[in-house]
Amino acid sequence: MIDRLTQTLDFNGAALLLRSERGRVLAGNLANADTPNYKALDFNFQQALQNATGLQQATAPVQMASTQAGHAVPAGLGSPSPALQYRTPLQSSLDANTVDLDVERAAFADNTVRYEASLRFLNGQIKTLTLAINGQ
Amino acid sequence: MSLFKVFEVSGSAVSAQSQRLNVVASNLANADAIAGPDSKPYKAREVIFQTQQVDGDPASAGVRVAQVTENNAEPRRIHDPGNPLADAQGYVTMSNVNVVEQMVNMISASRSYQTNIDVMNTAKTLLQKALQLGS
Repeated sequence: MIDRLTQTLDFNGAALLLRSERGRVLAGNLANADTPNYKALDFNFQQALQNATGLQQATAPVQMASTQAGHAVPAGLGSPSPALQYRTPLQSSLDANTVDLDVERAAFADNTVRYEASLRFLNGQIKTLTLAINGQ
Repeated sequence: MSLFKVFEVSGSAVSAQSQRLNVVASNLANADAIAGPDSKPYKAREVIFQTQQVDGDPASAGVRVAQVTENNAEPRRIHDPGNPLADAQGYVTMSNVNVVEQMVNMISASRSYQTNIDVMNTAKTLLQKALQLGS
């Protein structure tokens, strides 16, 4: 019953979670900008969001209780762990590091803005819900 | 919330970069040091970075200084017969620090340091905004 009320928030919630996940991956790339042999990582956000939200709708909103180790837990209920992929380097470097600082910084800034956008959408939806509850 | 992990990832990078800056400082300080009577000149130190996963998660790639190595380049020898530390031929042995190389290293370390601080600041702002959600 109560999850019906907040179902509209699920999509942006999942998006927010994936945005913070991507922020962490990009921070790792920036941290390893000077590490020899480090390969820059990233994930396909669109695909990850589709996986996260598509599976949530496919499974029943009722969660299965797992009381023993080995009990099956339906996929999509755990935290999203998107498939990481190596970034294709634009230029090769002598120490086999594939971090391009400009690309990573741009991606991080882009990710930040989109995170804030998701936050605003969520905020708007919450305000709408509160307005409906209060009725004024 | 994986944004909290950003602090661990970028924090590890900041401390690694400051260690690199420290090594550069000691190299530059000893750039003109002359080998003493034991004839062991100062050798330039170099840090080796290595990826270190936070909590064994490949998505949070921190960094650490794996080891500090010594540069084995030939020491500089300068003809200075008036120097009390000069050898029989009148040469003094100095450190093998390449000052230009060290300056480049310093700028690179300082840029990386700043980038990681920026990342942490951004993560902090985002978390603060997330805290105000719904208010």
